[in-house]
Amino acid sequence: MSVLLLALAVGAAGGVGSVLRYLVDNAVPERLRRRYPWGIFLVNLTGSFALGAMTGAVSGDWSTILGVGLLGGYTTFSTASVDAARLLLERRLAAGALGSVATLAACVAVAGGGYALFAS
Amino acid sequence: MISAILVGVGGALGTIVRFLLSAVTPNVAGIPLGTLLINLSGALALGWLLSALAAQGTESGRRAQLRLFFGTGVLGGYTTYSALAVDSFEAIASGSVAAGIVYAAASVVLGVACAAFGILLGRRWPVIRRARR
Repeated sequence: MSVLLLALAVGAAGGVGSVLRYLVDNAVPERLRRRYPWGIFLVNLTGSFALGAMTGAVSGDWSTILGVGLLGGYTTFSTASVDAARLLLERRLAAGALGSVATLAACVAVAGGGYALFAS
Repeated sequence: MISAILVGVGGALGTIVRFLLSAVTPNVAGIPLGTLLINLSGALALGWLLSALAAQGTESGRRAQLRLFFGTGVLGGYTTYSALAVDSFEAIASGSVAAGIVYAAASVVLGVACAAFGILLGRRWPVIRRARR
């Protein structure tokens, strides 16, 4: 696949992933999301697991399209960082700091779990 | 429906920029420098965008569309958490335990710092004047 075609396919997959993120985040009840950004946590956790699983099982152009495109567009770092910064600026230190560290640890752990389950 | 289209088109653009940037940025000492710079710049930009939009008062239709396209779409697609998680896991699993932990921890700590800096910038410097209505 040419680089241009691959970039377009990655972009299209990223667009789909971004819409999925929007839908999953909004599917979490707002009452819950107001207390802590559980929607984005759920998105990043499931996306990290899926990328770990894929890394062990898929290769070639499809791994780029699905991994860099779909799952890269689905998960997000910017919103997670801004949400944590807002919590800290609101003096909700425990939620901001512990939430960030726990999200990171959980995402790395499930990425490893996904890899271990599906590694071929 | 229009919301989903804004998010999808923005997300596609952000994802392409990330794909191209990370393809031309080398790994340094096992750390994917491209992903790190992408995530930090995206956190800074989103912090600024959301706080600049919020500084203009209650959210209007136009401001909501800007937030969905540039924030949820472009910057959401540009940055990534799954690559951070998998790259950190792979570094740790392949024996570069310190590099993996430093990369993961630095990403999150600096990401929050960049986002906070962006939020403070946006409060002082809300330049999205055309979205005022």
